Amino acid sequence: MGMSNDFKHIQAAHCETGVTTNLLRGIGIDKMTEPLAFGIGSGLFFAYIPLLKINNGPAIAFRTLPGHIFSKTCDSLGVNIVRKKFRSKEDAQKALDKSLTDGYAVGCQVGVYYLPYFPKQYRFHFNAHNLIVYGKEADKYLISDPIMETVTTLTTYELERVRFAKGALAPKGQLYYPVKKHIVNDETIKDAIKTGIKRNVFSMLTFPGFISGLHGIKYTGNRIKKWRDKLGLEKAGLYLAQLVRMQEEIGTGGGGFRYMYAAFLQEANAYHNNGQLLQASETFTNAGDLWRTAAVQAAGIYKGRLGSQADFNVMGDYLLEIAEVEKYAFEILSKIKWH
Amino acid sequence: MKKEDVPQDMSALGKVTKEVCYATDRSGKYVTELSKGWDIKITALDTAWQDIEKRIAAAKEKIVNNEASPLLFFMEKGLMDINILAGYTGFWKWQIKRHLTPKGFKKLTDKKLKRYAEVFDITPAELKNMNGHEQ
Repeated sequence: MGMSNDFKHIQAAHCETGVTTNLLRGIGIDKMTEPLAFGIGSGLFFAYIPLLKINNGPAIAFRTLPGHIFSKTCDSLGVNIVRKKFRSKEDAQKALDKSLTDGYAVGCQVGVYYLPYFPKQYRFHFNAHNLIVYGKEADKYLISDPIMETVTTLTTYELERVRFAKGALAPKGQLYYPVKKHIVNDETIKDAIKTGIKRNVFSMLTFPGFISGLHGIKYTGNRIKKWRDKLGLEKAGLYLAQLVRMQEEIGTGGGGFRYMYAAFLQEANAYHNNGQLLQASETFTNAGDLWRTAAVQAAGIYKGRLGSQADFNVMGDYLLEIAEVEKYAFEILSKIKWH
Repeated sequence: MKKEDVPQDMSALGKVTKEVCYATDRSGKYVTELSKGWDIKITALDTAWQDIEKRIAAAKEKIVNNEASPLLFFMEKGLMDINILAGYTGFWKWQIKRHLTPKGFKKLTDKKLKRYAEVFDITPAELKNMNGHEQ
């Protein structure tokens, strides 16, 4: 069994956007970049789920559900998707081997807990990681993990173990890859950008409720102000550390994906030539900077340097301010007259 | 964030791989820059691990006081809860709850001990006496 035809590993900031980009480039969509995949896939998000607990802390998401970015990006570009989940480990391996023999590079959802090349400190029961299997040599699968600088390998046992990780969002051996049905040119990308932005305006600005989108950021800001009294200083610190870890995940530069979205809007401008895109891009850069400043404040609290109610109020107010800045940016985007 | 402001504080991940960050160059154009890590993030992760250490210490104490079986120690050490452990071992949750008591643990067959041991990447003997995992 060989390698899928000349697969090229490009390091990315985030796993799913990286996998999406590299898979799409693999089927000949050379103009795909990580920010484009993120924006076309409408990946920017925020949600705070009050009753759910992850690692004994609050459940906060800065991007959409796993698998969502890949599906939306392919859908907007008119690319077909093959996606399969499995009950049996044997079937999962057979299907993977078959796709590799057919010449496809294959995306897999995996858990990081048993992922051997990850540093131990990062190996939590987090099951929404993504990587690409691009070939097999003897008992070794060739792995392109987009957050790593170079490609690596996993044994059959190691790969099976991470594909069948257990717990929340268990991957169930899920594999996926794109299949091109027609030529994707500049015009297709241009249209897809428009679709992606409109969909993201809806999920962040328009979608009703108080826990997601900009409402969710505001809601979280107000909740944080109450954490000190409600949870006690120690637990409140743990909660804030969790917020920062979610905001950071791996490779978002501290801005909770806001910088990546700002980069996307600059690239979008190259296709649409519209000053409003650049204006919104700058606003998202400001939002990213504010998220970083908020993280520094949070660190002051979980490191024990800060801890008064006033410090929690400052922290909460940062989020209220961020919500306003992002609202302004999304309003710019919502007013664009598309051609 | 400007390219020159991308933090370069060595993290545990930074020793294995640098991370890609999006930041702006002098003209305001977004480019990618590699980062070794960020102090704020490192301490957030440290905070999470300190909490885990506390949970492990509490588990040890319970075992010494004969309030829990060694399974609790390895479950906490493996960052698991009963749900995750049930997923990996295939045991029912009520079974695991029973195995978490000293009495229930003693009744475990070698076969069942092995199922737990495999999940924790240890031998059944290590699971029984917690040797080599005291630190």
